[in-house]
This record gives sequence, structure tokens and C-alpha cells, in this order.
Amino acid sequence: MTAVAPVTPSAPPPPPSNTLPGDGEGVRGRRARRRLTPYWLLLPAGLWLAVFFVAPLVYQASTSVQSGSLEEGFRVTWQFSHYTDALSTYGEHFLRSFAYAASATVLCLVIGYPLAYMIAFRAGRWRNLLLVMVIAPFFTSFLIRTLAWKTILSDGGPVVGALSALHVLDVTSWLGLTGSERVLATPLAVVCGLTYNFLPFMILPLYSSLERIDTALHEAARDLYAKPVTTFRKVTFPLSLPGVVAGTLLTFIPASGDYINAQLLGSPNEQMVGNAIQKQFLNVLDYPTAAAMSFLLMALILIMVSVYMRKAGTEELV
Amino acid sequence: MSTAPASRASSASPAASGTTATGAPAASHPSGHAPAPAPAFVRAAFGPVRWLRRHAVVLAGCAALAYLLLPNLVVLLFSFNKPAGRFNYAWRDFSTDAWTDPCGVADMCGSLGLSLRIAILATLIATAFGTFAAFALARYRFRGKSTTNALIFLPMAMPEVVMAASLGTLFLNMRVDFGFLTILIAHVMFCLSFVVVAVKARVMSMDPRLEEAARDLYAGPFQTFWRVTLPLAAPGIAAGAMLSFALSFDDFIITQFNAGPSTVTFPMFVWGAAQRGVPVQVNVIGSAMFVIAVAIVLGGQIAANRRKKG
Repeated sequence: MTAVAPVTPSAPPPPPSNTLPGDGEGVRGRRARRRLTPYWLLLPAGLWLAVFFVAPLVYQASTSVQSGSLEEGFRVTWQFSHYTDALSTYGEHFLRSFAYAASATVLCLVIGYPLAYMIAFRAGRWRNLLLVMVIAPFFTSFLIRTLAWKTILSDGGPVVGALSALHVLDVTSWLGLTGSERVLATPLAVVCGLTYNFLPFMILPLYSSLERIDTALHEAARDLYAKPVTTFRKVTFPLSLPGVVAGTLLTFIPASGDYINAQLLGSPNEQMVGNAIQKQFLNVLDYPTAAAMSFLLMALILIMVSVYMRKAGTEELV
Repeated sequence: MSTAPASRASSASPAASGTTATGAPAASHPSGHAPAPAPAFVRAAFGPVRWLRRHAVVLAGCAALAYLLLPNLVVLLFSFNKPAGRFNYAWRDFSTDAWTDPCGVADMCGSLGLSLRIAILATLIATAFGTFAAFALARYRFRGKSTTNALIFLPMAMPEVVMAASLGTLFLNMRVDFGFLTILIAHVMFCLSFVVVAVKARVMSMDPRLEEAARDLYAGPFQTFWRVTLPLAAPGIAAGAMLSFALSFDDFIITQFNAGPSTVTFPMFVWGAAQRGVPVQVNVIGSAMFVIAVAIVLGGQIAANRRKKG
């Protein structure tokens, strides 16, 4: 460092790097090049995301206020009718999407937490095997697995038979979640499919935050005569909150935009907003309406997520 | 390497506490180092109730695991079915027809090949670009860093259908022909973020002293990178690559919005089949991929365990 000082007296203190003084182009040029390095490294990925992610979103916002048709072209007319039309026609779809996604998220948490807990604290040397088993379903295409639920929940199948014999279907059909004799093509089937599809996205972040908890804390709680339930409520759960927040977001966001479960396991009465967007885009070819709806979906999700993150109080996610 | 003993110790401790919990009561402990006496309410409960209470978490966990794996088992089972009609939803008869003739369905193996090609290319591009970006974000301080982080994070926090519709709208208005290229562009776009996150986590946890040591030992920048930095970052890069391969191969929503009429990927084939009639061969492909992937992962685990012991 002392060797550098006389060469560049006005320069700010050099970073503690390995740059040797002197040789070749000099410290200043080297430093300038080093300053540019991150930008060069970021260029390909940044450009790709800017052109194929950000630009389309901006473009979509402008498309949503255009009018016209595919034949004569679309022009920006600052028509906000697509938004009002979308809300009046598909308001129910929006509500249904968020209700189904929220139910699936809660179910994922309830089902996934014990499994993540078991892998983190009770699995011993089976831990890696269990983690593989959580990820294993991914290796079969999720469309094929979702179709398998059609078999599992089929009318007159063992699952429906058992639920019917236990009079569970009587209760759920009274609540309007299922039919009195069938589960397929009902809200319950769609929520069940969503829960199934996004469960690993809940389990993995939960596991990674549970796994970091020092088991000595559990022993300390026990030594202080805390019941297991109290230990969980006062020690384990609060420490796993970052995982809970990450897991709920990773479940809720994709679930609210999903249309595959509603299409394969539901009936037209269970269509979600994703189905509406897909239909407008691929069948009706009404791009402005599709753009307005997906813009609306994005905005609503961003609002909900930011409110939720403020409440949950964790900023570190990635 | 240095984490191996620690992880073994931590994985051993729950097992040890488990044996004391299920085994003899505290009184029979030989030394004075008996664990804290079980709270009164546990001792009050007897027999099956106590057993249930102790193992409630494990039982619930196993039930969750069953829920996760049940569809895979059904897919495997129904790959041996001989369905009556065009749909393979009800069990009729055992048969190995589909396994002996996996490509017997028109267009299916072609779509599988297309999916593989796209997934391999998308993985290569996304892994390379994502790794560069991850190094920039993990190793440098520069202006616009937080914006870049947000840009990387946003695609993961956005419903797929929104990205799909917006990119499709752009291509449509730019009069780009939908096909192989548009699918590839879309796949690289959503894989990038996952690669960046995976590699960045790894690079940030690397000990910078190792690279300093390499330089102290007169390794050039290229040598340092090739012999020290890259091998250290390799697990993160591999994780990112595997993730993007899986995501790209299995993607449906974004593909459906950005595919042309002649580019039918495997998930799109399955989607179409779900409307027209699902051939048993779909189950064969699904099961085969499941079995092969699990075998590779387990084989890798066993090999790693052997190496650790030897």
C-alpha cells in the first residue's frame, strides 16, 4: 500500500485488493477496468431480462389501453374500458383465484410444516433420503401428476367412497365445496390439486430455516420446564418465520395465476383468472383484455405481497 | 469437507435424543447426567395416547410424504394398464404393451425430443449468463446493484401467466414467428433468476482467503479462477443448471403462450392429450423419468457416502 501512495496521491484509498503497483497500464487504468467488470458480467443476463421481461411488461401496460382488432391493428386510445370490463366480467374469477390460492397456501403450511419439522429434527441419517423424496415428484411432468389426481379422485373410486362412507362429503357438500357424490369438478378438487402442486415450494424454505435452528435451544426450553407445545410456540415457530414467509409467497403467487388445476380438475364453475387470461389470449385473440387482466393480476399480487411482507417484517428472501 | 463432521454430529443428536425419549424412563439412567425429567403431563398419559403424542409429528410428516408421492405411484401403476377407451383414468387390465412400445403414439417422442433440445439449450445459456451475473452481484460493489437484485428477483415473484401473456404480446406485435426460438428465449428468461440465486448463494459462502492464498502462491488471475474459484463454485452452478433444466423441461404455461403451431413440447402434448384422450405411453414416460432421476440421485448419494468413508 505504501508503494501505491506516491503514484496516485489524489486517489481515494485503494481497495484491499491484490493489484500490484506499477506494471503495464498502471493502477488507474486497472482500477477503471475493475470498476467496469461487474457491468460486463451483468450485461448478458441484464440485457436478456430487460428485453424479454421488463420491456414486455411495459408493452403490456400500453396494450391494455389500446383498442382495435387483430385485422386492423391496435392503437393506443387510452381506453380504460378493458379494465372495467375485465373486472365486471371476470371479477368473480379474480376473487376465486385469490380464495383458492389462499386456501391452498394455508393447507400447504399445515401439511408441509410437520414434514419439514420431521426432516429437520427427527430424520437422523434418513434426512437426505427424505429430502430426495420431497423433490422426487418433480421428475414426473406436473401435468401427468395432475392428471393422476383425476384417477385418485374419480367418481366411485376408493377415496370418494371412503369420504362418502365417513360422511365427510355430506359436510363438504353442505359447505358448497364438493358435490354430494363426487369430488372431481368441485372447488375442493382444484384446491387439492393446487396444494399438491405447490407443496414442495412450501416445504423446502421451511426446512432450510428449521434446519438452521440450534437444537440446544430446544433443550434449554425443556430444561426450563416448557411443554413441547410451548417450546414450539415460543422458540421453534418464531425462528422459522423467514421460512414461513418465503414458503407462503412461493406458494401463493404461482397458485393465484395457475390455470392448469382449474382446467383439469375443475368444471367451468371453478375457472380462475388464469383460465380467463388464457382464453382471451389463445382463443378469443382479444389481446388488450388479456393484457389488462394480467396487468391487474400482477398489480393486485404486488400490493398483497408488499402488505404481507410489511406485516411479516422480513425483507430477506433470497 | 470441513462441514462433514458438523453435519454428522447434528444429524446424530436427534437420533440420540430419540432413543432416550422412547427408551427407558429417566430413573434408569446410570449416571447423574440424566436428561431433564419428562413433564408431568407426558407421564400421566399411557399407552397408545402417549405413543401418538410422541410421534404425532412423524405421523403427520409421513402422511404429507404419502400425499406428495401418491400421484407418482398412480402414474407408475397406470403405466401397466390396458384402458378400455381413449382415457387412462380407470383400471382395467394388466399389460406391458406401453412399456414395450413407448413411442407407439404419434408425435409423442418427437415432442419429447423437442422438450429435451429446448431444455438443454436453455440450461446452457441460462447457466452461463446467470453465473456471470451471480459473480458480479456476489463479488462487486457497484452503482445500481439493488436495482439489479430487484430485476433478478421479480421474475420469480410473478405469476407465470403474467410473464407468458406479456412476452407473447410483445412477440405478436413485433411480428416474430412463434416457434423454437421464442420458446427458447422465454425459457432462458425465467431460468436466469434461479441460476443467479443458486450460484450467488454459493459464491457468497465461499471463503475469499482461499483465492487470496492462491494469489499469494503466484497463481495468475486465470489460474486462480480455473483452479480455485470455479471448482469451489461448481456445486452452486450445478444446482442452478439442474434447476433450470427441470424448470424448462416441465414448463407449460409460458410455453403455451409462446409456442408455434408446429412446436409442441412434451407438456403441451400431454395437455392436448388430456382433451383428446391420454395414451398409456404418457405414463410410461413419466414413470421412466421418475425412476431414472431417483436412481441417479440415490446413486450419487451412495457414491458420495462411500467417498466420505474411504
